[in-house]
Amino acid sequence: MISSKDIEYNLISTLVKTGASVLDLGCGSGDLLARLKREKNINKAQGIEIDELAIYKCVEKGLSVFHGDIDTGLAEYEDKSFDYVILNQSFQQVKKPDQVLEEALRVGREVIVGFPNFAYFTARYHLALCGRAPITRSLPYEWYDTPNIHFLSIADFIYYCRHRKIKIIKSYYINKNKQIKIFPNLRALVGIFLITK
Amino acid sequence: MKTKTGIEKAGIGRVETQYYTFASGSRGFTLENGEKLSPVTLAYETYGKLNTEKSNAILILHALTGDAHVAGFHDEDKDPGWWDDMVGPGRAFDTDKYFVVCSNVLGGCTGSIGPSSINPATGRPYGADFPMISIGDMVNAQIQLIDHLGINSLLSVAGGSMGGMQVLEWMFSHSDRIRSAIPVSTTMRHSPQQIAFNEVGRQAIMADPKWNEGNYYEKSAPSRGLAVARMIGHITYMSDKSMTEKFGRRLKDDKKPFKFTADFEVEGYLHYRGKRFVGRFDANSYLYITKAIDYFDASKGKKPQQVLSGSNTKVLVIAFKSDWLYPAYQTQEIVRACKLAGLDTTYCEIASDYGHDAFLLETEEETHLIKYFLERVYNGKVTEKHSD
Repeated sequence: MISSKDIEYNLISTLVKTGASVLDLGCGSGDLLARLKREKNINKAQGIEIDELAIYKCVEKGLSVFHGDIDTGLAEYEDKSFDYVILNQSFQQVKKPDQVLEEALRVGREVIVGFPNFAYFTARYHLALCGRAPITRSLPYEWYDTPNIHFLSIADFIYYCRHRKIKIIKSYYINKNKQIKIFPNLRALVGIFLITK
Repeated sequence: MKTKTGIEKAGIGRVETQYYTFASGSRGFTLENGEKLSPVTLAYETYGKLNTEKSNAILILHALTGDAHVAGFHDEDKDPGWWDDMVGPGRAFDTDKYFVVCSNVLGGCTGSIGPSSINPATGRPYGADFPMISIGDMVNAQIQLIDHLGINSLLSVAGGSMGGMQVLEWMFSHSDRIRSAIPVSTTMRHSPQQIAFNEVGRQAIMADPKWNEGNYYEKSAPSRGLAVARMIGHITYMSDKSMTEKFGRRLKDDKKPFKFTADFEVEGYLHYRGKRFVGRFDANSYLYITKAIDYFDASKGKKPQQVLSGSNTKVLVIAFKSDWLYPAYQTQEIVRACKLAGLDTTYCEIASDYGHDAFLLETEEETHLIKYFLERVYNGKVTEKHSD
């Protein structure tokens, strides 16, 4: 069975042109980057990751990766150093998402952002009716041990992009293993955006 | 080497140091400062086999007081070489696949030419007449060695501390001869603090009356001074935490009734280290090599990214969290320069409590990084491995 991670990676993969260069911020164990490298004939693939054990897994996969913080790791890159900068499931975990996104848009020609939707209907139910911090498939953590430090909805992100004059080239909304087209802010667990400035 | 599964892997076995002598003619070997040495001998060891394409050679470079004996056993020794866990069949530097060379540095005292060698002009040891040498000179001598071994392009150069500086010298000045580089726990140039520690070591040696302006080979060596230099060194190689764990404030059992004996275990340890060191190392070599380290500047005053740009070297940079002698922020400067120069670079800061010594001790983590990195450089493609 296809997992939600698979469909996320499938969709991100369709956004990346063959032969492009990719910087993956918060690349984790490098599964997405390794896949892109394999399927998209990436000419330059670079990851940045804070977790030491994840670094070992990336190196096992033959990836180039910097052990470090994505809040500070971008300043040295020149404008448009990469065709794509990816912030998949790491965007809501950085200290200053606003600054990181601005830097990502400077360093990359296009940016791919993927994050869990805080306005998913069960999250609304948890908060509105139970009065509890929401736990959903895409936000599976208890309030006391979550790596997520910013909570945003699909509508928040669209509003933010409009406000900052960021162009949304393409968006995908996902619930479990299928794409959502209607009422995504209510029905999607994850939003994936291809943006540029 | 004991692996996680507890299976003992056989090491490299018995090895012998070899010697290569060159520049015997009148032209000699010209140093960066214009002075000449003739002839020059380098001690080196090799492990594994050079393939027919000569594409599998790796040069390992040692730290301040290291030698060519990186792995395996010499006939008379019970301890193996200084990075034995890393070099051998199935190890990080896999001798089933790669041809590994380790060369002793110019200026040293373990088989290569240095201040304790005989000066052919006088028939006596050079002493302080030995010319000042640089990290660049060490690497130029290594180039003579790999030429002699018939190697045009090295698969990789790797080393920690001063060995890392030599790696950087290869990267910055001889990138056409290497395909990849692994600098570990090192810096592109010494900070004043690092120079200061070295200077205290040198002053300890020179303050010993037996040093005698470097001419002591026919008399007795400045062992007290050299031992103190080594003690200072050892403090900088460990971390506060590793010292606390190893010694705490425990007192030695054999306390003698005198005010200033080495009462604490840590004092005893430093004395022991100092004493052991003087038996195997030459005080003048210590002076010459630490000077070479202090003067080292990988990019020679230029912007490092400018010097590096255009090279194709794949780079794996490793630092250790508790290393305060070569702190991670200095190592990250190397990473930054590589990044700006557009080099294919991987950086890992390994969590360890061992301080600077970690590069010799945390071999399991290093193995993981180096093994796969070398595989990628050697095969030229991504290893198809899925971890989950």
